[in-house]
This record gives sequence, structure tokens and C-alpha cells, in this order.
Amino acid sequence: MIPELGHYVLILAFWIALAQGVLPLAGATKGHLAWQSMAKPLTALHFGLVLLAFLALMWSFVINDFSVLYVSQHSNSLLPTVYRMAAVWGGHEGSLLLWAFLLALWSIAVAIFSRTLPLAMSARVLGVLGLISTGFLAFILTTSNPFDRLLPAAVDGRDLNPLLQDVGLIIHPPMLYMGYVGFSVAFSFAIAALLSGRLDAAWARWSRPWTLVAWVFMTFGIGLGSWWAYSELGWGGWWFWDPVENASLMPWLFGTALIHALMATEMRGGFKAWTVLLAIGAFSLSLLGTFLVRSGVLTSVHAFATDPRRGVFVLIFLVVVVGSSLTLFAWRAPKVSVGGRMGLISRESFLLANSVLLVVATGAVLLGTLYPLIIDALNMGKLSVGAPYFNAVFVPLLSPLLFLMVPGVAASWKEAQISQLVSRLRWVALGALVLACGVPALLQELGQGEWLWSTSLGLFLSAWIVLGSVKHAIVRSRQPGRIALSYWGMQTAHLGMAVLVVGITMVKGYELERDVRIGIGETVTLRDFTLELKRMEDVDGPNYKALRATLEVKKDQRIVAQLTPEKRRYFSTAMPMTEAAIDSGLFRDLYASLGDPVEPHPQTRAPRWNLHVYDKPFISWLWAGVLLMVLGGVIAALDKRYRRAASPANPV
Amino acid sequence: MKKFLIPLGFFLGLVIFLALGLQRDPKEIPSPLVGQAAPAFKLFTLAADNQTFEPKDMQGQVWMLNVWATWCVACREEHPLLVEFSKQHSVPIVGLSYKEVQAQDEPPGAKLSPEDKRLLARQRSEKWLRTRGNPYVVTALDLDGRVGIDYGVYGVPETYVIDKQGVIRYKLVGAITPEVLVKKILPLVSDLQKT
Amino acid sequence: MQRCFALFCRPSVLVALLWMCLAGSLMAKEAEPNAQDPVIEARMVHISEELRCMVCQNESLASSHAELAGDLREEVRSLIRQNKTDDEIKAFLITRYGDFVLYRPTVKPMTWALWFGPFVLLLVALTAMLMYLRQRQRQAPQTGWTDEQLKKAERLLKDGESA
Repeated sequence: MIPELGHYVLILAFWIALAQGVLPLAGATKGHLAWQSMAKPLTALHFGLVLLAFLALMWSFVINDFSVLYVSQHSNSLLPTVYRMAAVWGGHEGSLLLWAFLLALWSIAVAIFSRTLPLAMSARVLGVLGLISTGFLAFILTTSNPFDRLLPAAVDGRDLNPLLQDVGLIIHPPMLYMGYVGFSVAFSFAIAALLSGRLDAAWARWSRPWTLVAWVFMTFGIGLGSWWAYSELGWGGWWFWDPVENASLMPWLFGTALIHALMATEMRGGFKAWTVLLAIGAFSLSLLGTFLVRSGVLTSVHAFATDPRRGVFVLIFLVVVVGSSLTLFAWRAPKVSVGGRMGLISRESFLLANSVLLVVATGAVLLGTLYPLIIDALNMGKLSVGAPYFNAVFVPLLSPLLFLMVPGVAASWKEAQISQLVSRLRWVALGALVLACGVPALLQELGQGEWLWSTSLGLFLSAWIVLGSVKHAIVRSRQPGRIALSYWGMQTAHLGMAVLVVGITMVKGYELERDVRIGIGETVTLRDFTLELKRMEDVDGPNYKALRATLEVKKDQRIVAQLTPEKRRYFSTAMPMTEAAIDSGLFRDLYASLGDPVEPHPQTRAPRWNLHVYDKPFISWLWAGVLLMVLGGVIAALDKRYRRAASPANPV
Repeated sequence: MKKFLIPLGFFLGLVIFLALGLQRDPKEIPSPLVGQAAPAFKLFTLAADNQTFEPKDMQGQVWMLNVWATWCVACREEHPLLVEFSKQHSVPIVGLSYKEVQAQDEPPGAKLSPEDKRLLARQRSEKWLRTRGNPYVVTALDLDGRVGIDYGVYGVPETYVIDKQGVIRYKLVGAITPEVLVKKILPLVSDLQKT
Repeated sequence: MQRCFALFCRPSVLVALLWMCLAGSLMAKEAEPNAQDPVIEARMVHISEELRCMVCQNESLASSHAELAGDLREEVRSLIRQNKTDDEIKAFLITRYGDFVLYRPTVKPMTWALWFGPFVLLLVALTAMLMYLRQRQRQAPQTGWTDEQLKKAERLLKDGESA
């Protein structure tokens, strides 16, 4: 009953979303106030219906209803309840329903928080969101219905992939999708602006907080994905340039460009057309990501089970949404009034450089991700483009961007002098240079690792950002006038970026690993740590049996940690799974991964197992950096000027 | 203002490639060995311990090499077809038993000697072929997988069509289906046999 | 019985026993590295990090647990022992598995667009940006604003400046 109800409610939601899309937009064009005011109630109804459908699916999982095909494919009676709930988005159909649900959630948030928006504007924004929702609901109902029945019902489910049975699954997809879907709000604002012909600083002020929040979720979601891969996959990697990872990075890069460009539009009325294009682009990349992940055109570890029909639908959807918005852009954008003067060196030009570098970086990632497909489509063979390419291309593109973060903040609007910037920043540059060379040189002296030029580059850029930001903050706080929250948000986020770069630089420059076969009582040394295998025991989990190793970690003869890596055998799959043990610290993580049993010790005949241990310096700085960026975005979004009621009579 | 049309133009170009991409299978990897001489090897056969097989034994005929193992699930799917096909005696099929004895078959802590491995492989393969039929004129035992590496094997079962001069003309990764047999293999084999 | 005990209490015997215990504990402690030769191993890992595991969905040869990956890693080790260069080892694998096995595409006419594309794009974008900025520099500010609007603009600009 419940699945059928869920299905029915979803069909209703489709029609309501269609009404939400068509009526307010028509009303705004024709000046029909009644139709425009239908936007908010329709959005609320739409949200309620999709929420019910979502809860219906979750309910089916929780009560183990294996007569629902999707539940039987992704759950199991032994699966702990919390994973049963998270399994709702463990596969293609359910994750699409999550997408539709979050789209409805963002839509109702816009409806609630847009009291200060003129009616026609909010009608258009909600209308565009309604049309997007209609597309997604149509996709779900025609090709990916999570409520399809399996008759006769399965006795038990196939179980959720053991790799997904981790806290990461509970938060990573929802956070990431909040980001993907959140960019649809910026997109809707851009389309509404193009439709109304009203593209001004006030529009930028309305758009920016929504874009910031979407960006915050996207940053958090991507960071979570990295952290999850690190803690769950067993070999300590955290970014593989896998097509699905790239699919999330590209909208993030555009989103970052967008929040910076919106600043120029908000403050100086500049870059209007460019900002609108970035907003269209960010959401288009979200949709492109959906296509790449679900159509089967690319090989990836993350890809959902694919079906060409789904690929065709998403491609058509993509063409309709992006094609029509870019056509609208080509038609309406030229009519937008030009902004004020800007000097060759000014904060505006730095922001423009930020946009250019981020867009080119996105282009590079897109090129690398799609190149195998392009070559194949041209019948020129099959090739792979992997991490070596992306690392070689991305780092040179991002380094100037990181460098420009400091003069960009220091430069004043409209006109800035290079000589002034240079004199303000020369000590910062010197300090950064000293750190960049001093630290690796010292570490090489202490025998911790070779001095690589990449280490110096990373340390220089992060020290440059930290020192430059601190200096600017000190100078600024001495000046008269209140400092807005958005300033502290910016500094926090930039600091977060610097911390992230330190983490990446140090981990790549100094990580160490040991691959050994170890017996009970034997030890393995990693820098100044000694790990001793104390015992091996059989452990029972709720839906698995595991072999657990206990490693005692000593430093200077004192016990500092205990690691318990496991090798698990889930009842549902034949595949053994390795569960790594991590001891996290501020300056290093110790990471242990248990392998298969190997031949016994040649002399003592004692049993031995494969063990892989890693010393990963500064890796927690990656997660700290991401969290700081998230915090920075939140602080900036809370700035008072976004909460202040904008009076309708003052378009600037 | 034509420059505002650039994003749309770029997008449409992208869509064309995506649409083309939908019709391709990214998992279908063409083999670089097609058009090259079949790599030489010398392996013991299934039949007896003192007999060996080399590709040059088949020089002068068109023949097929089928890579299989008893642990391979997809091999069971294609086997009936292969057996039927072999009854037509149009082209000799040589079997390559690939890594029949796996790591988990060896008792923990001890390594089987090559002779023991061959014995185990023989027992298992012979039993399997007795139950399901034997389409092969001869089966070579590639126990350590080195010949497989030379032939670029990565997804058992795999099938090769080799011409009279010993050049590989076609490689199929995955189980043989009736469609592939009729549309690709048979026409190729009859063409090659005419030369 | 008593005489046996007396034997064990003799200092020299005790010292010998103590030494044997110590030596035994010192000998058995360190786990054996899986790699026979760390130099070869380091080189093998360096090469196989840039190679694709053919049976996996998208993993490198270095990190994959698949059996074929293990076989191929062993193959790479033996090629290293035969003093082959990195390029020769990669060529060995490409002859058998095709270009698909390389994660770092070779720079050849087919991949020029890939390797040089981003930098060409950067140059084009920077040029466009500079041209745009030159144009804006020369432009006179256009305002058709009323005084009230100008005052409002001033106020907004001041708020903006404080950010």
C-alpha cells in the first residue's frame, strides 16, 4: 500500500510542479497578479507531496519491504536500521528521489525567505525551479521509479554494498546534493533576471546568499566524499580524479567563480552578463554531472547501474534546460546596461582574473574527463586520462589563482596602484619565501624526507595567503568603520584554502608507507613509531564476521595509540572487505590496513598476515581546511545586508 | 552581439559528442594484438604430461583460441555454443586453461609444486569438460597466467581468431553470443580460409 | 634432582640462558617487508601508479587488489630486474593491452588538444580579459541617474567598501 501511495503522490507532485512552473512564469510575463501569487502555495504543496513520497520509500526500507524492487536490491534484513534509512539514496532511483526532494526543499526555502523580493521576481524564480522539478519528476516516473514492485517478493534483500555501510553514506550524498541542487537557485535567479530584463546590483544582493549557502554545502559534500574515501577504501587515498569526482568539482569551481563575480556585480554593478553566465554554467555543470554519472558513457568506480534510456532522457533534459537558458542569454544579455569604469589594476580586475582562472581550470577538468569519450566518438580508439594528466594541468592553473588571493583582497575598487600593492606586500612575500624554503630544508636535514620543489610551491602559496590575510585584517581593523561579517567570512574561507593547501603539500611530500608480512609479537617501524601486532581475534558484527588485528603503537617506548584494522566478510556478499584503522592527530595520521594471511614465518612457522601501514603527515589539515571554508561561507551568508529588508523602490 | 552566442555554440558541440558517446560502450576495448603475430609459447597440454602445444603447431590453418577456466562463470554460458560450433568442424578450437589453480586453492602456508598444480588443474578441467562437452582439439595449461599476459587477457572468457600465417585477426572479450558468432566470427573464418 | 638444580644455579649457565632469551627476542621482532627489494619495489610502485587496472572500474595498477593486478605488478618487477627502462616497461604493457592502460596519455598528435588545450584556453581567456579591461578603462562612466539615486548609490558604495 505505502509504495503505491508513494508512487501516486509522486505523480501528483509532477502535475503540481508543472503548475508551479507554468502559471507564475506566464503570470509574470502577462502581468497576471493572481497567477504570480500562486507560486508560493504551489511550491508548498509540491514540497509536501515529494516529502510524503520520500518518507514512503524510507518507510519501505525500514520495515524491510522486499516486495519493492529497489529495496530488495539495496537492503537486507540484517542491515542496521540507520543504514537501511541511508540506503534510500544508495542506488540510482532513490538518489534521484533525494534530488527531487532536496529541490523541493530549496524551493520552499526560497518561497519562505523571499518576502522582500518583488512578486514578479519571486514568481519567476519559483517558476523556473518548478520547471526543473517537473523535469526531474518526469525522469523518475518514466525511467527510474523507486516504487516498482518485485512480485513475488524476495525472501531477503541483496544488501547494501558493504563499501557503502559507513557513516559517510549517511551524510555525503545529502550534503553533496544540497550543493548540486542549490545551484539551481542561483540559476533560477539568473533566468528570472534575464526574463525580466532587470539585471542589477539588487538582483546580485538577492542571489548571493543563496549561492553562498549552495557553495557551502557543495564544499562540505566534496570534502566529506574525500574523507570517506580516505577512511573507508583502505589505501589512504583521498582524490582520484575519477569522472564522478570531477563531476562534482566542476560545478564547485564555477560556484566559487560565481560567488566572487557576484561580489563585483553587487558592489559595483560590473560583470552582470558574466555573472549570469556563470550562474547558468554552474547549474549546467551540475546537470552535466548527473548525465555523466548515470548514463554509462564513462568508466568510474562510483557510477550507478546504467541504462542507455536514462542517458538519453538526461541528455534531452540537459539540452532543453541549458540550451534554452543559453539562448535566452544570447538574446537578453546584450541589452543589459554596462557597469562603471574599472582600472586595469583594481579589485574588479582581480575578480575577473579569478573568474578566468577558475573557468579555465574547469575547462581543463572537463576536457580531461570527456577526452576519452571524444576520441572514442571520433573512432580514433580508446585511451585513458587519469590523475597524472589532471595533476599536471590543474596545479599550474590553480597556483596563480592562489597567489592572486592576497593582492585581490588588498586592491581597492575601481583603481589600485601596483606600486602600492607591492610595497604593502613585500614583507609578506619575503616571509612566505623564508617559510617555503626553510621548512623543507630543515625537514630534509632531520631526515624526514626529500626537499621537493612542489613542497616549496605549496608552502609558499599557503604562507603567502595566511600572512597576507592576517596583515590585511590587522590593517583593516585599525581603520575606522564597522567591519561587515562578510569580510570575516572571506578571511576565514581564504584561510581554510591555505590550510587545505598545507595539508595537501605536506601529505604528498612526506607520506610514508610500509608493506609487510607480520606475525604476532612482530613489529614494524614507521618514522619514530613502532607498531607491534599484539593479537588477532575473530569478531562478530551485526551482518558480518571479521578478523581483527590489534596493533599497539609506541613512540619513545610509551604506548601512544592502538589500531584495530579488520578484514570483514559480510554475509550477503562473497567479497571480503577491509576496514582500515586510523589514529588521527593534528600533525599526522597513522593508517593501518589488514591484508590476507600469507605463508608462515620460515623459521618459527608462526602464522603471518599482510599489513600495510602509512604515516600521513598533516592530512587532518585537509579536513580542517574544508571545515574552515564551510565556516567562512556560513559567516559571509549571515552578513546583515542580506537580512536587511531591501525596499522595493531603490533599484540601483 | 555574436560573442553572446559563443556559450550556446560550445554547448551544442558538447552535446553532439555526448550523444555520440551514448552509443559507444566505454568497456569495449579494442586489442592492439589484432594484426600482430600470435605470441609464441610452449605449454603442457591437458591430455598428457609429456605433450606440449605451441601456436606454430597450427601454422597453415585458420584456428581459434578460447581462454577459459572452471572457476569462470561466463565460460559456462558460452560453453554450450562452443560445443555445438565445434561439432560443425569448420575451424579447430584450441583451449587455453587460464590460471585454473588459484591462490585460494593452495593450502595456507604451503605452495603446491608445479606438478601438483598441473595434476589439480587436469583433474578439475577434465571433469568439467566431461560434464559439459569438449569442443577443443587440444587444451594448453597456462597455470601462472604468463601466456595470458602476452595475449592481453583480462576478462575471461576471451576468444581469438588466428589466420594461416599465425596472425591474430580478431579478439573477443567476454562470452561468445550467437550474434557475434554469426555476424563476426563465421564470416571472418570463411574469408581467412579462402586465402 | 638436587644436583640438576645445582647445575642450573651456576652463574655461567644462568648467563648463557639469559643471553639466549635476549638474543631470541631481538631476532624475532621486526616484521618482514613484503617487497624483496625496496629499490625495485619503489620503482614498480612509481610505474604502476600511472597504469590502469584492466579488470577494475577505475583503479590504478598500484592500488588494486585484483589478481590480474598482482600478476602484472610481478611482471613489472621482473622487467625492472631485467634492467628495462620505464618507457620499455610501459611499451610492454601497451603492446598487450593498448593505450587504454596508460593513465598518463602519451603526447602525440591525437592528444595535443588534450595536453595543450588548457594552456591555449588560458592564453585566449587572458587576452580577452586584457582587451576587455582596456576597453573599460577608456570608457567614460555613464549615469542617467537622479541626484537621489546618486546619493543612494554613494551610501551603498560606502557599505560595500566596509566589506
